[in-house]
Amino acid sequence: MLIHEHSKPGRRASAQAPSQMAPLDDLPGHLRRRRPPALPEVSEMQVVRHYTRLSQKNFSIDTHFYPLGSCTMKYNPRAGHGLAMLPGFLARHPHAPDSHSQGFMACLHDLQEMLKEVTGMKAVSLTPAAGAQGEFAGVAMIRAYHEARGDHQRTEIIVPNAAHGTNPATAVMCGYQVREIPTLADGDVDMAALEAALGPQTAGIMLTNPSTLGVFERRIREIADLVHQAGGLLYYDGANLNAILGKVRPGDMGFDVIHMNLHKTFSTPHGGGGPGAGPVGVSARLEPFLPVPFVAFDGRDYSWLTEAERPQSIGRLSAFAGNAGILLRAYVYARMLGAEGMKRVAEYSTLNANYMLKRLQAEGFEAAFPDRRATHEFILTLKREAKELGVNTMDFAKRLLDYGFHAPTTYFPMLVPECLLIEPTETESQEELDRFIEALVKIREEARTQPERVKGAPHNQPVRRLDDVRAARELDLAWRERD
Amino acid sequence: MSDLPNELKYTKTHEWARNEGDGTLTVGITDHAQELLGDLVFVDLPQIGATVTAGGDCAVVESVKAASDIYSPVSGEIIAVNEALSDSPEIINESAFGEGWIFKVRMSDASEFDALLDSNGYAAVMAEDDH
Amino acid sequence: MPFIPHTEEEIHAMLAAIGADSLETLFDEIPAGLRAGELGAIPAGMSEMEVSALMEQRARADGQPLMFIGAGAYDHHIPAAVWQLVGRGEFYSAYTPYQAEASQGTLQLLYEYQSMMTALTAMDVSNASLYDGASALAEAILMAVRLNRKSSSRKVLVPRSLHPAYRKVAHNIVRNQGIELVEVPFDPEAGHTDPASLEAYAGQDITALVIPQPNFFGVLEEVDALTDWAARNNAISIGVVNPLALAILSPPGDWGEKGVDICCGEGQPLGIPLSSGGPYFGFLCCREAHVRQMPGRIIGRTLDLDGKPGFTLTLQAREQHIRRSKATSNICTNQGLMVTAATIHMALLGAEGLARAAAASHANSLALNAKFSAIEGVEPLFDRPCFHERPYRLAAPVPEVLRSLAAHNVLGGYDLGRDYPELGNALLVCATEKRTAAEMDQYADKLGRVLRARTEPTCPTRPKF
Repeated sequence: MLIHEHSKPGRRASAQAPSQMAPLDDLPGHLRRRRPPALPEVSEMQVVRHYTRLSQKNFSIDTHFYPLGSCTMKYNPRAGHGLAMLPGFLARHPHAPDSHSQGFMACLHDLQEMLKEVTGMKAVSLTPAAGAQGEFAGVAMIRAYHEARGDHQRTEIIVPNAAHGTNPATAVMCGYQVREIPTLADGDVDMAALEAALGPQTAGIMLTNPSTLGVFERRIREIADLVHQAGGLLYYDGANLNAILGKVRPGDMGFDVIHMNLHKTFSTPHGGGGPGAGPVGVSARLEPFLPVPFVAFDGRDYSWLTEAERPQSIGRLSAFAGNAGILLRAYVYARMLGAEGMKRVAEYSTLNANYMLKRLQAEGFEAAFPDRRATHEFILTLKREAKELGVNTMDFAKRLLDYGFHAPTTYFPMLVPECLLIEPTETESQEELDRFIEALVKIREEARTQPERVKGAPHNQPVRRLDDVRAARELDLAWRERD
Repeated sequence: MSDLPNELKYTKTHEWARNEGDGTLTVGITDHAQELLGDLVFVDLPQIGATVTAGGDCAVVESVKAASDIYSPVSGEIIAVNEALSDSPEIINESAFGEGWIFKVRMSDASEFDALLDSNGYAAVMAEDDH
Repeated sequence: MPFIPHTEEEIHAMLAAIGADSLETLFDEIPAGLRAGELGAIPAGMSEMEVSALMEQRARADGQPLMFIGAGAYDHHIPAAVWQLVGRGEFYSAYTPYQAEASQGTLQLLYEYQSMMTALTAMDVSNASLYDGASALAEAILMAVRLNRKSSSRKVLVPRSLHPAYRKVAHNIVRNQGIELVEVPFDPEAGHTDPASLEAYAGQDITALVIPQPNFFGVLEEVDALTDWAARNNAISIGVVNPLALAILSPPGDWGEKGVDICCGEGQPLGIPLSSGGPYFGFLCCREAHVRQMPGRIIGRTLDLDGKPGFTLTLQAREQHIRRSKATSNICTNQGLMVTAATIHMALLGAEGLARAAAASHANSLALNAKFSAIEGVEPLFDRPCFHERPYRLAAPVPEVLRSLAAHNVLGGYDLGRDYPELGNALLVCATEKRTAAEMDQYADKLGRVLRARTEPTCPTRPKF
């Protein structure tokens, strides 16, 4: 039942609004609204009950194991939420003067410094609002760098075919053509194809390392040298930074620019789709182009660096300073971890993934890259189950919901048929991992004995499998009064 | 696997083309292609009068989980599009080689048509896909 | 170990299952030369108590000044229920609703959000959010360029009266695609975009026209005439609106003969705290015919296997994870939790509550204006009607006045001289419904004293600051 369907004309939660309607006589009639919008008319208790019940129809980290590959669904410590919501932070206007912002700016500056150190980059700007906006900032900086050198022939960005869709989409938004290169059977980039793709038209390459295939790109230094020799720059997609946090630094691998997903690696909440935060880090040669604003410190006072101080900047990407409240949450997390805690993130997320992989292999599931060490995530391929039992990855995924587990990422990366990309994260316990493994084994057994049970899953969720084709053909995107 | 009409020519990218004998071709996607895509939910048709090049993308078919470009088999000018697909993209699923045609193109170079695959050639492409 | 549940015994058992002798072994594929050393610049970890003390001290340090700044971020009352519900773990710690059956809560909420936004804007469809108002405008411009197949110029008219940060952000995001943003001047007396000034572009190939309401100065634009101009000249019209203002102002879907093609804006006034500028959320609505060029996630209502209604992500073939280099945008993560807040906020307030909040804010800006009229050295800059925010010309340099006010813990407004040097000593002042009569008196009193001190340097009552 929609909130609109609880509505009754004349009912309202009047304590929440000013008690009177102030006159609007000075506003010209032709610019005024003639008919009120069709918003629900409900009481406060109806609202609270309705949205509490809706929340209960969600899987979340707080309620379920959520091993969604490439998404780093780790526990979101509550301290970050509480402290970012302190009245002083919550009420601060984005245009508050520096005199009333030193506490806030100190947090951002500390965070910039910590992120620089843990990634090995020369400078960091926190302003991008999410990973994809960080990618945009990164590729825009690559473009600004080439243009500042008068090098206008570089029109291509190279992207491995295993990359996230955001990579090619970003390159196009920055006015580049995309050249895809293949991946070898062992999961590493095809070096011969890379060499063939490189040339005077190469602006740069976008890489995720560990890659979306759940393995570490072993020849990264060699790749960096080749790209640099061709005059291109290297972009690091930080989607999988959790796997190597504090253990290997993108700056040391030879990357010129990186983005980080603080909503993954630094444990800020995913919020049902966002907000995130996608800070960018750069090597010395890209430093002049960093997006503004960011925070400077002269040993006494904190101040903003803006277009005025950074004339070569690619500029600002949001009206203010990005997702400040998310940055505060990430800052609290980083301070609680410290250097040792950051390294532990990589160690225990990798331990959990390798443990699951070995146990699942022992149970007869097929790894997509059996000869490789898993990073913080790994891929199973269910192509044998699909062929022999007629039960595909989607069916397994939906049946897992019945067992109380959110499904891993399915059908991505597309290179691996019938794949499950599984990322347990470091915050899950061994017994939770064991329960998940047991569930997969049971589902495979069900697929043998009662395949319809699996193919018809889920059975105990608020809805059964939804008709996506109908949703796309007969668009119903908003409730209307006539409904 | 579906039968391939022998009177049609094919591309490696899963389009079919029928020579209407008046310098024009009717173009669609193969039954194999619609099977791979699944239930279609939208067809982005080319504009009548648009100039197309052989192998250039000129239309898009979408299913729920995929979108696929349609490439013109030959160079020329778009002279007609199948408007029925705007409301009922599922016609392609039901009749890929018939009612589900997508556009008609006036060829600027007839030799491009001759160079297309015949049904045996396309059958080999499908067999390769299966591996 | 903070946030890691493993016991020593478990670690050993898990390593044994893997066949590795230590945690370090798990990294043996990584070339030795790449391994990081000490992270010396990162301080040791803190306990929750220690980090709480640090953050509380820093939050306190910034004080809680009396605030009259708007300029795109507004201090409105947010009902207590909003953030208590938003903070529920099931909303807070869920991912993007890819597994629809296990995400019906978020999906239904987003469908309700889309329904509320289309009602508020009088448009057909809404997406499920973008990052903020400024980047939403950039996306709206990219969308307009894709939509307008009659236009090949990629020229978009953008009024100078639009928020300066929005103009910068839009430029920064669209410039690499050969799109030109052409600035349209504002009327120096009235502070709005005179529709007659657009006649200079009539007959030219213009891809789109951006129409702010209210504009950055708080001034109301003649939106009907501007929208009709776009339609007559085959340009896509893009409204940029304050969503709270739409409770009392004509919605973009009703502007002119046929309404705008696209509208977007900053969702912050709908239940989002100021929070230093983010996270907020951008909204984007359009006509149904344009929906396939809309970027961002969209939720649809459909049926399940048993014929029961349910909600799912739809039209995903527009998006980067499917369409890759041909996607409508690279956006993936959006601002879901902020939309959760906005939906609950709109549900609580309803049309009447939103209208009252908007009208009360507007009334406060009028009340403050009346108090200012008694102060020498403060003149309204423009003569057109404004919504809840108003620019003034001061008889002293604005940065100095603002510094003096800040020393008294009053944040007096936004210095327009930064972005509009042609306006001279111009200050943009906002009073929302949260400002009390006493606070406005306090501000007017302080402003009067500061201005007297600046303009009459020998005044014997000059305060000591």
